[in-house]
Amino acid sequence: MSPILRADSVSARDGTGGPCARVRLIDICKSFGALRANDHVSLEVMPGEVMCLLGENGAGKSTLMNILYGLYRCDEGRIEIDGQAVSIRSPHEALAHGIGMVHQHFMLVPPLTVTENVILGTRSLFRHGSILPDMRSVEKQVDEVACRYSLRIDAAARVSMLSVGEQQRVEIVKALYRGVRLLILDEPTAVLTPQETDELFHTLRVLTAAGLSIVFITHKLNEVMAAADRVTVLRDGVVVGRRLIGETSQQELAQLMVGRDVQMTIEKGSARPGAEVLEVADLTVAGDEGRKLLDGISLHVRAGEILGIAGVDGNGQRELALAITGLLKPAGGRICIAGKDLTGKPPHEIIEAGARFIPEDRQSEGLVLDFTIAENLILKSFAKPPFAVRQMLQRQAIDDYARRIVKTFDVRTSSVHAKTADLSGGNQQKVVLGREIDQHPVLLVAAQPTRGLDVGATEYIHKALLEQRDRGVAILLISTELEEVLALSDRIAVIYEGRIAGEVAGDRANTQRIGLLMAGVRREDCD
Amino acid sequence: MGLITALQSLLTACLRMAAPLIYTTIGETYDERAGVVNIGLEGLMLIGACTAFVVAFFAHSMALALLMAALVAGVFGLIFAYVTVTLQANQIVTGTAYNLIGLGLSSFVYRVLFSNSADTRLEPLQPVSIPVLSRIPFIGPILFQQTWLVYGALLLAIAAAVVLNKTMLGLSLRAAGEHPRAVATAGLSVVRLRYGAAIFGAMLAGIGGAYLPIAWVGVFVENMVAGRGFIALAIVVFGRWKPMGMLWACLLFGFAYALQLRLQTQNLQVAYQLLQVLPYLATIVIMIVMRGQSAQPKAMGVPYTERA
Repeated sequence: MSPILRADSVSARDGTGGPCARVRLIDICKSFGALRANDHVSLEVMPGEVMCLLGENGAGKSTLMNILYGLYRCDEGRIEIDGQAVSIRSPHEALAHGIGMVHQHFMLVPPLTVTENVILGTRSLFRHGSILPDMRSVEKQVDEVACRYSLRIDAAARVSMLSVGEQQRVEIVKALYRGVRLLILDEPTAVLTPQETDELFHTLRVLTAAGLSIVFITHKLNEVMAAADRVTVLRDGVVVGRRLIGETSQQELAQLMVGRDVQMTIEKGSARPGAEVLEVADLTVAGDEGRKLLDGISLHVRAGEILGIAGVDGNGQRELALAITGLLKPAGGRICIAGKDLTGKPPHEIIEAGARFIPEDRQSEGLVLDFTIAENLILKSFAKPPFAVRQMLQRQAIDDYARRIVKTFDVRTSSVHAKTADLSGGNQQKVVLGREIDQHPVLLVAAQPTRGLDVGATEYIHKALLEQRDRGVAILLISTELEEVLALSDRIAVIYEGRIAGEVAGDRANTQRIGLLMAGVRREDCD
Repeated sequence: MGLITALQSLLTACLRMAAPLIYTTIGETYDERAGVVNIGLEGLMLIGACTAFVVAFFAHSMALALLMAALVAGVFGLIFAYVTVTLQANQIVTGTAYNLIGLGLSSFVYRVLFSNSADTRLEPLQPVSIPVLSRIPFIGPILFQQTWLVYGALLLAIAAAVVLNKTMLGLSLRAAGEHPRAVATAGLSVVRLRYGAAIFGAMLAGIGGAYLPIAWVGVFVENMVAGRGFIALAIVVFGRWKPMGMLWACLLFGFAYALQLRLQTQNLQVAYQLLQVLPYLATIVIMIVMRGQSAQPKAMGVPYTERA
């Protein structure tokens, strides 16, 4: 299939960086205000290898690659390509040097076709040839590039009609069409099902066999082991380790990445489910143009158990959480909390019934970032004593309460009067968590509760959720991180295109089966 | 026969009334497709109208008048781009300021230059018959006995459609209004594309405004644009952000203008103010009917920042 496969390539090379390195970054420094995102970072990528850039959120991986791709300018340091010093001031120059990037959030224009997206920016706008070339022949070229690397795409399709996995292939083809020799992939698996991830890894092997260099940015250890030849670990903007994959382990990498020993698995006792707390029956939510965002969802959660909702992002998870918490009016169906029918009721009645909510975007939905920690903590209870007496806020009571929560939930801050915007992501989430679970809810809806958090904060949130479960709270955990769903849930339901594709018990769950459900393969087919 | 002639003159007037809207809406279409909303069209049209009238009155050249109207409005477009693209100010507020500036500035300049003049009329552009074609029965006089500004408007719509849909420039503009970061990562400059669109859009609004004194009435009157700039904003929605859509939508509004003018001369027992409402009423009805707006460019009105 691919005429330019090279037999000699796929092998890891030593990390000393000889003159043959395709790209060398030397002593790169970059600061944003007081934050040192990159501190004398050096790394090199060889032809034909997959180099993993491993690190937690905020370790400086994306900053480093954005410098290489010309989106940021570094404060200090040099870049060499094939031994030649270069300066890269824009994506345009990066592309001219053969560097391409597949961003975490795709850089595709949905209303345009695959081919239009691929040729965007590849031809001069004003000189001759600015007339769009014959689409048929360009589509053929795009097809040829895709076929050469066994990437299946339809060059004539509109991007808005493609699945996420297909869109990612378009992004890769876009780079290949421009003849890049180094491809940066920024957290490419975040939006993929396990099967799509395997397919991506296969593609990476085809690409490196053809001599391309790949930089693979991730924080997932199993992916490093599966896909990389070599790994460079970043922590707090500094390179803390370089390893050949054959000479390292997940445990060692985890330790390098986090800076201390980490527990790889969560210890979880078995659940003791009680009475039914949340019952959702035939829930339907309509979207634009008659499309159903939720299509007859039925599920129930009992006290003292965690029901995990697995699924690829954008399959109705957001709408499910919003409908249950009263922020989105359902078109049909029923939502009962603790035996009370609350369908279509406003959020305050649902809160009154004992439901609490950790929204998926803590910065825009969970917190008012310009408010202080204390103010954020009373967002749902400020109108009642002891926080308000005769419509006047009681500063003392509010501050005392806030100090207690900050202490209980280990929010690292100098004062309860600090702005929440100044907290780290993990501490912001602890503020949300504290506000939501301190008042003894009966139901907790947790949407993407650890998105963007580092390992330490994630551990904390997970422990807190299990603790709540053991106290008898019914928890609906909605997460696109399959690992998280598997680790915490007592039962797992998979959501696909607004429907529950299937349900499995937490202990019988296996990645393969859930992966198939996530991809929309029907239950009877995968048994 | 009387009816046919009446219809013919109605449709001729329709085209004549549609032309300024075509210029303005095509410009705004480019603007918005690239992600910049300029609601200051009314102000830009007034500036164009005033500039064109002044130049035509003193220099006796229609072509120069039109050119100056486009250039002066273009400078305002450049300022608009600087304020909204570079400084990232709110586009709606800036556009509102443009409407106020346009009204004030055009009235001021006109009063300073003409307050003592008794005769402030100029001979408006005359229709140019196109040989052979204008002899086609019925549609000949409608389509081929117009001023060259009307022909220009029709050709502009077609050219604008071709450029937007069939060239790399058009592709890049469309992408800039949908997903500017994708354009930037593809190695193009979002800032340059948006500057270009904002200046082009303003120049066309200037020409649309210039049309009124030099191709239609031959005088300048304070606030003579009379809401056409606002109606143009509605037409862009109605025409679904497509140049050919603008053409048809403008013809429809041109018809509404022509109809109310015609009805006013019919001695109907209706207050003429009620008839004048017709185009504005049509605007409101259309905004209600078109409320879906799924064709709207995604990044329209959103400033673009380089920061990730």
